[in-house]
Amino acid sequence: MESIVLSYLKAFLVGGCICTLAQLLINYTKITAGKILVCFMLGGVVLQAFGIYEYLVDFAGSGATVPISGFGYLLANGAIKGAREGLLGALTGGLKSASAGITAATIFSFLNALIFKPKSKIN
Amino acid sequence: MKRILEFKKTPKIVHTATICGPKEAQGNLGKYIDKHLSDDYNDEKNFERAERKMLSYAIKSVVEKSGKDMNEIDLYIGGDLLNQIISSSFCAREYSLPFLGVYTACATMAESMIIGASLVEAGLIDNCICATCSHFSTAERQYRFPLEQGTTRPPQSQWTVTGAGANMISLSNTGVAIRRALVGRVIDYGVIDVNNMGAAMAPAVAHSLIEFFDETKVLPSDYNLILTGDLGTLGSRIFKEVIKKGGYSVDENHVDCGELIYNMEEKEYQGGSGAGCSAVVFNSYIYKKLLCGEYKRILFIPTGALLSTTSSQQGESIPGIAHIIELGV
Amino acid sequence: MNKKIMSNEQYLKLVSDITPKTNEKRSLLSSFLVGGFICSIGQFIRYFFMLVFKMHGDELASATSVVLIFLGILLTGLGVYDRIGKRAGGGSIVPITGFANSVASPAMEFASEGFVYGLAAKMFVVAGPIIVYGVSASAIVGLIYYFFGL
Repeated sequence: MESIVLSYLKAFLVGGCICTLAQLLINYTKITAGKILVCFMLGGVVLQAFGIYEYLVDFAGSGATVPISGFGYLLANGAIKGAREGLLGALTGGLKSASAGITAATIFSFLNALIFKPKSKIN
Repeated sequence: MKRILEFKKTPKIVHTATICGPKEAQGNLGKYIDKHLSDDYNDEKNFERAERKMLSYAIKSVVEKSGKDMNEIDLYIGGDLLNQIISSSFCAREYSLPFLGVYTACATMAESMIIGASLVEAGLIDNCICATCSHFSTAERQYRFPLEQGTTRPPQSQWTVTGAGANMISLSNTGVAIRRALVGRVIDYGVIDVNNMGAAMAPAVAHSLIEFFDETKVLPSDYNLILTGDLGTLGSRIFKEVIKKGGYSVDENHVDCGELIYNMEEKEYQGGSGAGCSAVVFNSYIYKKLLCGEYKRILFIPTGALLSTTSSQQGESIPGIAHIIELGV
Repeated sequence: MNKKIMSNEQYLKLVSDITPKTNEKRSLLSSFLVGGFICSIGQFIRYFFMLVFKMHGDELASATSVVLIFLGILLTGLGVYDRIGKRAGGGSIVPITGFANSVASPAMEFASEGFVYGLAAKMFVVAGPIIVYGVSASAIVGLIYYFFGL
């Protein structure tokens, strides 16, 4: 039980810190949100390429996988695993491991757009 | 060189009509605006149609108020913020009005009024309608992000006014007189922040006003009101600093339409913007105050930021423009 | 009056002196809290799939993100996510729910321009770069591992 509480705490702290780092960049640089997302995702790819990000995943669980850098980790991890199977695997492994997320985002977004219309905004 | 347009026959703004969205209706000027929408969709299936319907209402309403028939309207001059000014041209189609489409972003109201007054002054036409509009939801998606995207609005940003305003210009004994005008130059001080429109347009207002004061030898204190278009709170502060460096102070009587339209404790940061902002504020509250004689002489200075999404993506700075119209009773 | 009142540099300095700054402490705090909260929900879903469906490894990670993506898109459709985003900044942009929001919101917005050129073509107008650079970067990593046998 204690380990579960601790794992929530670690997820909260690590995830919160990654998001705060993004907010720091938004506040202090002229980088737009879209570019920050790309940078964080690439950060995850690079860290995992050196085998570092998986330690963070082991430590914080969802705190490391839920932020967009976790998406980068997933891509890099897939590519590394794929590389053991051959050249084709090296090229496709990344997208293969990210396929669940991209498929979910595409299908749910499609259905969502059929059901809902944008709301008018008052503030 | 002739910089000041003198209207010796003083064409009059004989009627005005305005309509606004629910947020604007709750603002300071809500009770002066003819019609309020309860919903931004305006019973249409998309926001573009909603915007067009507002403009269409404003045009129809101003013609009805004049007691004239659509056939008696010689010209409709107008523009809006949507690509290829579709709101305006589609309204002209609806009423089959002779149409001149114009665009200087949020200064479009002034551009239409200057052209309209000139043609009426010259006796080339009798009755001219000038109208513009904007809609928060159409502008937001064209210039910024999809409505439902979770982005933070930076503190210097403004809120596009949902609304439309129309007026009719004719030679008449009643109404508000258009006395003089100055067509602004396009001024650029290198602002590239697309969220800071006020800063992009402030120098244009200063340039136009200094030129106007120098040419006409009048002083800011000769006016009850110097009403800028949509500089917003921040833009107004910057403008007052800049014009002081140019040798004039307007601290006493400057007001901005963007500051007037919303109650500033609402969360739209620096106030209203958009072509509809000056159109709604002028054609409702200000027009009524002029008509009842509370204001004798004012300067109306709609301001425009002449950028496109392409130009800003390519890193170009934002040029501004400000046209001046002197009005009186 | 063709002459400038001040130089561009002087003007831009005046502008940046007057322009208000984002409230730093509040924006950082809300990013931290909202970001942490979303990750904790992720952790909850993770435990749920682990304990109830006995999932593990890649399957567990995928299932967790699919649920979070669903929630992000549902909140977008209900018109709630943009309100969270307005206050939370980085806290709601960076988690996978923010990615989902950036896919769902243009699709909704441009649905009025038709199924093909509106909804579908504009769906990845914001999130596209993440996929483009993500897939490219992963292919580079894969090639490096393949050729250098790391």
